[in-house]
Amino acid sequence: MSTQMQQNKTQTNDPLIIAGVEYQSRLLVGTGKYADLNQAKQAIDASGAEIITMAVRRTNIGQNPDEPNLLDILPPEQYTYLPNTAGCYSADEAVRTCRLARELLDGHSLVKLEVLGDEKTLFPDVSETFKAAEILLKEGFQIMVYTNDDPIAAKRLEEMGCVAVMPLAAPIGSGLGIRNPFNIATIVENARVPILVDAGVGTASDAAIAMELGCDGLLMQTAIAGAKNPVLMASAMRKAVEAGREAYHAGRIPKKRYATASSPVDGLFF
Amino acid sequence: MINGENRQIPDVCNVSQLIEQLNLTGKRLAMEINQEIVPRSTFETHIICPGDQIEIVGAIGGG
Repeated sequence: MSTQMQQNKTQTNDPLIIAGVEYQSRLLVGTGKYADLNQAKQAIDASGAEIITMAVRRTNIGQNPDEPNLLDILPPEQYTYLPNTAGCYSADEAVRTCRLARELLDGHSLVKLEVLGDEKTLFPDVSETFKAAEILLKEGFQIMVYTNDDPIAAKRLEEMGCVAVMPLAAPIGSGLGIRNPFNIATIVENARVPILVDAGVGTASDAAIAMELGCDGLLMQTAIAGAKNPVLMASAMRKAVEAGREAYHAGRIPKKRYATASSPVDGLFF
Repeated sequence: MINGENRQIPDVCNVSQLIEQLNLTGKRLAMEINQEIVPRSTFETHIICPGDQIEIVGAIGGG
Protein backbone atom coordinates (compact mmCIF):
# COMPACT_ATOMS: atom_id res chain seq x y z
CA MET A 1 0.00 0.00 0.00
CA SER A 2 1.42 3.41 -0.93
CA THR A 3 1.81 6.13 1.64
CA GLN A 4 -0.83 8.13 -0.15
CA MET A 5 -3.26 5.24 0.06
CA GLN A 6 -2.49 4.79 3.75
CA GLN A 7 -3.17 8.46 4.36
CA ASN A 8 -6.45 8.26 2.54
CA LYS A 9 -7.38 5.19 4.52
CA THR A 10 -6.72 6.99 7.79
CA GLN A 11 -8.75 9.95 6.68
CA THR A 12 -11.74 8.15 5.30
CA ASN A 13 -12.01 4.95 7.28
CA ASP A 14 -12.00 6.24 10.82
CA PRO A 15 -15.56 5.93 12.02
CA LEU A 16 -16.82 6.92 15.43
CA ILE A 17 -18.61 3.88 16.87
CA ILE A 18 -21.27 4.49 19.49
CA ALA A 19 -23.34 1.58 20.78
CA GLY A 20 -22.30 -0.48 17.76
CA VAL A 21 -23.34 2.13 15.18
CA GLU A 22 -20.73 3.73 12.90
CA TYR A 23 -20.71 7.47 12.27
CA GLN A 24 -18.42 9.26 9.85
CA SER A 25 -18.63 12.58 11.67
CA ARG A 26 -17.05 13.08 15.06
CA LEU A 27 -18.86 16.34 15.64
CA LEU A 28 -22.22 16.24 17.40
CA VAL A 29 -24.24 19.43 17.52
CA GLY A 30 -27.25 20.93 19.23
CA THR A 31 -30.39 22.21 17.58
CA GLY A 32 -31.23 25.12 19.88
CA LYS A 33 -30.35 28.83 20.19
CA TYR A 34 -30.56 29.48 16.44
CA ALA A 35 -32.47 32.40 14.91
CA ASP A 36 -34.91 29.85 13.48
CA LEU A 37 -35.09 26.20 12.45
CA ASN A 38 -33.91 26.95 8.92
CA GLN A 39 -30.71 28.48 10.22
CA ALA A 40 -30.35 25.46 12.51
CA LYS A 41 -30.61 23.14 9.52
CA GLN A 42 -28.08 25.13 7.48
CA ALA A 43 -25.59 25.15 10.34
CA ILE A 44 -26.08 21.46 11.11
CA ASP A 45 -25.55 20.56 7.48
CA ALA A 46 -22.40 22.72 7.37
CA SER A 47 -21.12 20.95 10.49
CA GLY A 48 -21.52 17.56 8.85
CA ALA A 49 -22.99 16.23 12.10
CA GLU A 50 -24.94 12.99 11.97
CA ILE A 51 -25.96 13.02 15.62
CA ILE A 52 -27.96 16.02 16.81
CA THR A 53 -29.35 16.79 20.23
CA MET A 54 -32.86 17.89 21.09
CA ALA A 55 -34.76 18.85 24.23
CA VAL A 56 -38.11 17.62 25.51
CA ARG A 57 -40.49 20.34 26.60
CA ARG A 58 -44.20 20.92 27.16
CA THR A 59 -46.19 21.28 23.97
CA ASN A 60 -47.82 24.67 23.55
CA ILE A 61 -51.52 23.96 23.76
CA GLY A 62 -53.76 26.17 21.69
CA GLN A 63 -50.91 28.39 20.47
CA ASN A 64 -49.49 28.43 16.95
CA PRO A 65 -50.81 25.06 15.85
CA ASP A 66 -48.93 25.42 12.56
CA GLU A 67 -45.61 26.38 14.09
CA PRO A 68 -42.82 24.41 12.35
CA ASN A 69 -41.72 21.41 14.33
CA LEU A 70 -38.10 20.43 14.89
CA LEU A 71 -38.76 16.86 13.79
CA ASP A 72 -40.32 18.06 10.53
CA ILE A 73 -37.41 20.35 9.59
CA LEU A 74 -34.76 17.87 10.73
CA PRO A 75 -36.40 14.46 10.21
CA PRO A 76 -35.33 11.56 12.44
CA GLU A 77 -34.91 9.47 9.31
CA GLN A 78 -31.96 11.68 8.25
CA TYR A 79 -30.26 12.37 11.57
CA THR A 80 -29.65 10.36 14.71
CA TYR A 81 -31.42 12.20 17.48
CA LEU A 82 -29.86 12.45 20.89
CA PRO A 83 -32.54 13.68 23.29
CA ASN A 84 -31.03 15.49 26.25
CA THR A 85 -32.11 15.95 29.84
CA ALA A 86 -31.09 19.61 29.95
CA GLY A 87 -32.83 21.48 32.73
CA CYS A 88 -33.02 18.43 34.99
CA TYR A 89 -31.66 18.89 38.50
CA SER A 90 -32.55 15.46 39.90
CA ALA A 91 -32.28 11.83 38.83
CA ASP A 92 -36.07 11.57 38.89
CA GLU A 93 -36.55 14.48 36.45
CA ALA A 94 -33.90 13.09 34.12
CA VAL A 95 -35.42 9.59 34.12
CA ARG A 96 -38.90 10.96 33.33
CA THR A 97 -37.47 13.07 30.52
CA CYS A 98 -35.69 10.09 28.94
CA ARG A 99 -38.81 7.93 29.10
CA LEU A 100 -40.81 10.66 27.36
CA ALA A 101 -38.10 11.11 24.75
CA ARG A 102 -38.08 7.40 23.96
CA GLU A 103 -41.84 7.47 23.51
CA LEU A 104 -41.59 10.62 21.38
CA LEU A 105 -39.01 9.00 19.09
CA ASP A 106 -40.81 5.67 18.72
CA GLY A 107 -38.57 3.61 20.96
CA HIS A 108 -35.21 5.19 20.07
CA SER A 109 -33.16 4.53 23.19
CA LEU A 110 -30.01 6.63 22.72
CA VAL A 111 -30.07 9.56 25.17
CA LYS A 112 -27.78 12.23 26.51
CA LEU A 113 -28.00 12.12 30.28
CA GLU A 114 -27.16 15.31 32.12
CA VAL A 115 -28.19 16.09 35.67
CA LEU A 116 -27.24 19.58 36.67
CA GLY A 117 -26.04 20.81 40.04
CA ASP A 118 -26.86 24.51 40.06
CA GLU A 119 -27.95 27.27 37.72
CA LYS A 120 -24.85 29.40 38.10
CA THR A 121 -22.34 26.84 36.88
CA LEU A 122 -24.55 24.18 35.27
CA PHE A 123 -21.90 21.78 36.49
CA PRO A 124 -23.12 18.19 36.62
CA ASP A 125 -24.46 16.74 39.84
CA VAL A 126 -22.44 13.56 39.56
CA SER A 127 -24.16 11.62 42.36
CA GLU A 128 -27.60 12.25 40.82
CA THR A 129 -26.13 11.35 37.43
CA PHE A 130 -25.04 7.95 38.83
CA LYS A 131 -28.54 7.36 40.23
CA ALA A 132 -30.25 8.26 36.96
CA ALA A 133 -27.81 6.18 34.92
CA GLU A 134 -28.46 3.12 37.06
CA ILE A 135 -32.23 3.34 36.54
CA LEU A 136 -32.02 4.14 32.84
CA LEU A 137 -29.54 1.35 32.11
CA LYS A 138 -31.90 -1.17 33.73
CA GLU A 139 -34.63 0.13 31.43
CA GLY A 140 -32.49 -0.49 28.36
CA PHE A 141 -31.43 3.06 27.52
CA GLN A 142 -28.15 3.68 25.73
CA ILE A 143 -26.60 6.52 27.62
CA MET A 144 -24.13 9.14 26.48
CA VAL A 145 -23.41 10.83 29.76
CA TYR A 146 -22.38 14.40 30.51
CA THR A 147 -20.01 14.58 33.44
CA ASN A 148 -17.24 16.53 35.07
CA ASP A 149 -13.65 16.36 33.83
CA ASP A 150 -13.07 13.86 36.64
CA PRO A 151 -11.31 10.64 35.59
CA ILE A 152 -12.78 8.64 38.49
CA ALA A 153 -16.39 9.61 37.76
CA ALA A 154 -15.83 9.06 34.04
CA LYS A 155 -14.47 5.55 34.61
CA ARG A 156 -17.32 4.66 36.95
CA LEU A 157 -19.92 5.75 34.40
CA GLU A 158 -18.19 3.63 31.79
CA GLU A 159 -18.14 0.62 34.13
CA MET A 160 -21.84 1.06 34.82
CA GLY A 161 -22.50 0.57 31.12
CA CYS A 162 -22.81 4.04 29.56
CA VAL A 163 -22.06 3.84 25.82
CA ALA A 164 -20.09 7.09 25.77
CA VAL A 165 -18.74 9.44 28.42
CA MET A 166 -18.78 13.17 27.79
CA PRO A 167 -16.67 15.28 30.14
CA LEU A 168 -17.05 19.04 30.01
CA ALA A 169 -14.30 21.29 28.68
CA ALA A 170 -15.65 24.21 30.74
CA PRO A 171 -19.11 25.33 31.95
CA ILE A 172 -21.93 24.99 29.40
CA GLY A 173 -22.08 28.01 27.11
CA SER A 174 -18.95 29.60 28.64
CA GLY A 175 -16.70 29.33 25.58
CA LEU A 176 -13.67 29.02 27.87
CA GLY A 177 -12.20 26.03 26.03
CA ILE A 178 -10.49 23.06 27.63
CA ARG A 179 -9.70 24.13 31.19
CA ASN A 180 -8.13 20.88 32.26
CA PRO A 181 -6.40 19.17 29.35
CA PHE A 182 -4.50 16.84 31.68
CA ASN A 183 -7.70 15.42 33.15
CA ILE A 184 -9.23 15.03 29.70
CA ALA A 185 -6.09 13.18 28.56
CA THR A 186 -6.30 10.91 31.61
CA ILE A 187 -9.98 10.19 30.96
CA VAL A 188 -9.17 9.30 27.34
CA GLU A 189 -6.23 7.12 28.36
CA ASN A 190 -8.37 5.09 30.80
CA ALA A 191 -11.41 4.71 28.58
CA ARG A 192 -12.78 1.78 26.61
CA VAL A 193 -15.84 3.67 25.40
CA PRO A 194 -15.83 6.82 23.26
CA ILE A 195 -14.94 10.02 25.13
CA LEU A 196 -16.50 13.17 23.73
CA VAL A 197 -15.89 16.65 25.04
CA ASP A 198 -19.26 18.20 25.75
CA ALA A 199 -19.70 21.85 26.66
CA GLY A 200 -17.44 24.84 27.07
CA VAL A 201 -15.81 25.00 23.64
CA GLY A 202 -15.50 28.55 22.28
CA THR A 203 -13.90 28.34 18.88
CA ALA A 204 -12.31 26.02 16.34
CA SER A 205 -8.92 25.76 18.04
CA ASP A 206 -10.60 24.44 21.21
CA ALA A 207 -12.18 21.65 19.19
CA ALA A 208 -8.86 20.81 17.56
CA ILE A 209 -7.18 20.64 20.99
CA ALA A 210 -9.81 18.21 22.27
CA MET A 211 -9.27 15.95 19.27
CA GLU A 212 -5.47 16.21 19.55
CA LEU A 213 -5.79 15.02 23.16
CA GLY A 214 -7.31 11.84 21.73
CA CYS A 215 -10.98 12.50 22.34
CA ASP A 216 -13.28 10.54 20.05
CA GLY A 217 -15.48 13.50 19.30
CA LEU A 218 -17.12 16.68 20.53
CA LEU A 219 -20.62 17.83 21.23
CA MET A 220 -21.28 21.54 20.96
CA GLN A 221 -24.10 24.02 20.71
CA THR A 222 -23.45 27.58 21.86
CA ALA A 223 -20.06 27.91 20.14
CA ILE A 224 -21.84 27.45 16.81
CA ALA A 225 -25.31 28.89 17.37
CA GLY A 226 -23.96 31.87 19.32
CA ALA A 227 -21.33 32.83 16.73
CA LYS A 228 -21.98 35.92 14.59
CA ASN A 229 -22.18 33.61 11.60
CA PRO A 230 -23.34 30.23 12.87
CA VAL A 231 -23.17 28.49 9.49
CA LEU A 232 -19.56 29.56 8.94
CA MET A 233 -18.61 28.55 12.48
CA ALA A 234 -20.25 25.16 11.94
CA SER A 235 -18.04 24.66 8.90
CA ALA A 236 -14.97 25.80 10.88
CA MET A 237 -15.77 23.32 13.64
CA ARG A 238 -16.11 20.49 11.16
CA LYS A 239 -12.64 21.22 9.81
CA ALA A 240 -11.17 21.66 13.29
CA VAL A 241 -12.48 18.28 14.41
CA GLU A 242 -11.13 16.62 11.29
CA ALA A 243 -7.78 18.43 11.57
CA GLY A 244 -7.44 17.60 15.26
CA ARG A 245 -8.22 13.94 14.61
CA GLU A 246 -5.65 13.71 11.83
CA ALA A 247 -3.03 15.46 13.96
CA TYR A 248 -3.74 12.99 16.77
CA HIS A 249 -3.21 10.05 14.43
CA ALA A 250 -0.19 11.69 12.79
CA GLY A 251 1.61 12.04 16.14
CA ARG A 252 2.91 15.48 16.97
CA ILE A 253 6.58 16.35 17.51
CA PRO A 254 7.75 16.66 21.10
CA LYS A 255 7.94 20.14 22.58
CA LYS A 256 11.49 21.39 23.21
CA ARG A 257 12.71 24.52 24.85
CA TYR A 258 15.34 25.44 22.21
CA ALA A 259 15.43 25.53 18.43
CA THR A 260 16.26 22.73 16.01
CA ALA A 261 17.41 23.95 12.59
CA SER A 262 15.07 23.10 9.73
CA SER A 263 17.80 23.32 7.04
CA PRO A 264 20.99 21.20 7.01
CA VAL A 265 24.03 22.62 8.79
CA ASP A 266 26.38 20.55 6.58
CA GLY A 267 27.46 22.18 3.32
CA LEU A 268 27.33 25.75 4.51
CA PHE A 269 29.81 27.71 2.29
CA PHE A 270 30.87 30.37 4.76
CA MET B 1 -54.29 19.51 35.09
CA ILE B 2 -52.59 19.67 31.67
CA ASN B 3 -49.04 21.01 31.36
CA GLY B 4 -49.39 22.77 34.68
CA GLU B 5 -52.72 24.44 33.92
CA ASN B 6 -56.09 23.55 35.32
CA ARG B 7 -58.46 22.68 32.50
CA GLN B 8 -62.03 21.54 32.33
CA ILE B 9 -62.44 19.38 29.26
CA PRO B 10 -66.02 18.31 28.67
CA ASP B 11 -66.99 15.11 26.87
CA VAL B 12 -63.57 13.56 27.04
CA CYS B 13 -63.02 10.08 28.36
CA ASN B 14 -59.92 8.69 26.67
CA VAL B 15 -56.54 10.09 25.64
CA SER B 16 -57.31 10.04 21.90
CA GLN B 17 -60.33 12.25 22.47
CA LEU B 18 -58.31 14.64 24.62
CA ILE B 19 -55.67 15.01 21.89
CA GLU B 20 -58.39 15.72 19.35
CA GLN B 21 -59.99 18.38 21.61
CA LEU B 22 -56.63 20.09 22.03
CA ASN B 23 -56.08 20.17 18.24
CA LEU B 24 -52.98 18.02 18.60
CA THR B 25 -54.07 15.14 16.40
CA GLY B 26 -51.21 13.94 14.21
CA LYS B 27 -48.56 15.95 16.11
CA ARG B 28 -45.41 14.25 17.28
CA LEU B 29 -45.88 14.16 21.04
CA ALA B 30 -45.45 12.00 24.10
CA MET B 31 -47.66 11.88 27.14
CA GLU B 32 -47.35 11.09 30.78
CA ILE B 33 -50.25 10.88 33.22
CA ASN B 34 -49.46 11.01 36.93
CA GLN B 35 -45.78 10.60 36.03
CA GLU B 36 -46.36 7.37 34.09
CA ILE B 37 -45.81 7.15 30.34
CA VAL B 38 -48.95 6.59 28.29
CA PRO B 39 -47.79 4.68 25.18
CA ARG B 40 -49.31 5.80 21.90
CA SER B 41 -50.76 2.32 21.41
CA THR B 42 -52.97 2.81 24.47
CA PHE B 43 -54.34 6.28 23.64
CA GLU B 44 -57.71 4.80 22.64
CA THR B 45 -58.10 2.74 25.76
CA HIS B 46 -56.53 4.92 28.45
CA ILE B 47 -59.36 6.56 30.38
CA ILE B 48 -58.76 10.04 31.82
CA CYS B 49 -59.90 10.60 35.40
CA PRO B 50 -60.67 13.90 37.13
CA GLY B 51 -57.57 15.22 38.87
CA ASP B 52 -55.11 13.45 36.55
CA GLN B 53 -51.81 15.26 36.14
CA ILE B 54 -51.21 15.23 32.40
CA GLU B 55 -48.00 16.25 30.66
CA ILE B 56 -47.91 16.54 26.89
CA VAL B 57 -44.43 17.10 25.48
CA GLY B 58 -42.73 17.49 22.14
CA ALA B 59 -39.21 17.81 20.71
CA ILE B 60 -37.66 21.26 20.57
CA GLY B 61 -34.22 22.62 19.72
CA GLY B 62 -31.66 22.16 22.46
CA GLY B 63 -28.00 21.53 23.08
